[in-house]
Amino acid sequence: MSPDPSPLSPPDTGDQGRDILSLRDFRLRFRGQPVPTVNGIDLKVAAGEILCIVGESGCGKSVTAMSIMGLLPPRSSEVLSGSLDFLGKSYDLRHENLPAGQRGNQIAMIFQEPMTSLNPSFTVGNQIAESVLQHQGGSRAEAMERAHDMLVKVGIPAPRQRLNEYPYQLSGGMRQRVMIAMALANDPKLLIADEPTTALDVTIQAQILDLIRDLRRETGMGTMMITHDLGVVAEIADSVAVMYGGEVVEYGPVTEIFDNPQHPYTIGLMSAMPRLDQPGGRLAIVPGSVPSMANMPSGCRFRSRCAFAHARCADPAPKVEAAPGHSVACHFAPLEQNLAVTA
Amino acid sequence: MLLFLTRRILIALPTIILISIFVFALQKLLPGDPLLVLAGEERDPAVLELLREKYRLNDPIVVQYFTWVSNALQGDLGISLRTNQPVTELMLQKLPVTLQLAAMSMIFALVIGVPAGILSAYKKGSLTDYIANVVALSGLSIPNFWLGIMLILLVSVKWQLLPASGYVPLSEDFLQSIRTMLMPSFVLGTALAATMMRHTRSAMLGVLSADYVRTARAKGLTERRVVLKHAFRNALTPIVTLTALLFGELVAGAVLTEQIFTIPGFGKMVVDAVFNRDYAVVQGIVLVTAVGFIFMNLVADALYFILNPRLRGQ
Repeated sequence: MSPDPSPLSPPDTGDQGRDILSLRDFRLRFRGQPVPTVNGIDLKVAAGEILCIVGESGCGKSVTAMSIMGLLPPRSSEVLSGSLDFLGKSYDLRHENLPAGQRGNQIAMIFQEPMTSLNPSFTVGNQIAESVLQHQGGSRAEAMERAHDMLVKVGIPAPRQRLNEYPYQLSGGMRQRVMIAMALANDPKLLIADEPTTALDVTIQAQILDLIRDLRRETGMGTMMITHDLGVVAEIADSVAVMYGGEVVEYGPVTEIFDNPQHPYTIGLMSAMPRLDQPGGRLAIVPGSVPSMANMPSGCRFRSRCAFAHARCADPAPKVEAAPGHSVACHFAPLEQNLAVTA
Repeated sequence: MLLFLTRRILIALPTIILISIFVFALQKLLPGDPLLVLAGEERDPAVLELLREKYRLNDPIVVQYFTWVSNALQGDLGISLRTNQPVTELMLQKLPVTLQLAAMSMIFALVIGVPAGILSAYKKGSLTDYIANVVALSGLSIPNFWLGIMLILLVSVKWQLLPASGYVPLSEDFLQSIRTMLMPSFVLGTALAATMMRHTRSAMLGVLSADYVRTARAKGLTERRVVLKHAFRNALTPIVTLTALLFGELVAGAVLTEQIFTIPGFGKMVVDAVFNRDYAVVQGIVLVTAVGFIFMNLVADALYFILNPRLRGQ
């Protein structure tokens, strides 16, 4: 099977900020899988930008994030290609990861499971201070002071007291705040948030999203947020990458993706989202489910579920610029015009 | 903490009472009359009656039990039928021997078993893991008496590095005492190390895939710190339990090992007492080791308390 030749490029973010991270042609295969799980991904995050990566479970979004962090178990997978530019340095992901000195320092990550992501045996203060000590050195007292300041920053009440508490004494929302405090303790340039609000109830979700947005404004950090919740995307994103089957199928500014979706998968996702402004009727679904890697179709990976699939979809989908900064990987893009022609 | 321990002790009390009844009843149920041993060849009925009076064996059985318990509580476990020495005194002589053997064996078990378990969990599926498992399995399969005899043959007889048997009190000659105990505690310790390694490995496997270990890696900590601080700390509970239980067993006496190396500890004492129908001694040893075992469980509970912040918070 030939790799798809024309992965989507990120939109030009213009003069909004310089790129902090750019990932090019990232392809990764898990051992024992016939085809790459992640098949040629390009992403870019600029300073102050919030990029949301959306897609169903198993589309490769978390794997991509973990690879950027260098957290995938090395023996389980193989990077086929991919180069990572981070803060002006370039890394060939086939042979190297980001150095551990960057992890938790310039680039930090928070996870989906706030209940289990903190170590139950150590105090909150200890766990934040540890990260500070690891990357900045200094005395323990200074690190604890920094931990305290971070708890204040993420809006935890009675921070002085919380420092000496254990994770079990905190609620899920508070634990996620602690995770954020820990991640941001060393002023990272990029925050990767892997479904940070999925495990939280709706009001806490909104608080955490607000917090991430505020911190972005204060610190100017870039954020890569992984989610399958389009509500979250609409709430917070500057730009959106829609992933399907290990590929980015549509990439662009958030307004473009929501108002002018071009890829049949994106359109399906949009119509599957309940909307208050168009009440009535049943929600649409994207028929079928994501095929396993063993059954992944050649060419366009979405064609087995696509209502518009055509013989030529067996070839790799070309990349089409639907609007400035808005690209889509589909033979029929822009969809509406081309469907009229084919019909 | 105090409340927690008090509750634990209160739970332990009925167990101890049950054990004491069991130990006492067992002696009464066993065939063979110790008085026949005492009375010698002639078995004069008058002498037997006299002895029955002396040891208060004509009292109702319940009275006998309470007499025994109340004496035991005052530290009087009766008199050895064999040597006429107080049982408590006999046991106090053996206690340091057994404790030293138990402690040194435990050190071997921990120093070998825990690091091997951590390493094999961390390198799961690798050659290191495989070798560690094979060695552990052999450690479990090789009988103590065989390993003991082989060590005596090689180390003592052939190379003449360490004494083959006997016991020197720590207070008498520290170095010589350690040297004498080295081989027996190695024999006991390696067998326990295998168990220890298997338990450490499975506990570590559980925590190494935990989310907080991933968090620790995401913080950019060194692998050493990730494994030894974040993972190991959370794997400690089963290791502590096992250590306490194994130590309890060790104190109860290592019969075979003590026989091979002729160490005058509890194990040897209990074997001799059983063969001699020395009831008071057997009762005493069983009671004391059972209480010791329960005590080690209490120690383990107290350690959980220190290890687990959630328990501490209550």
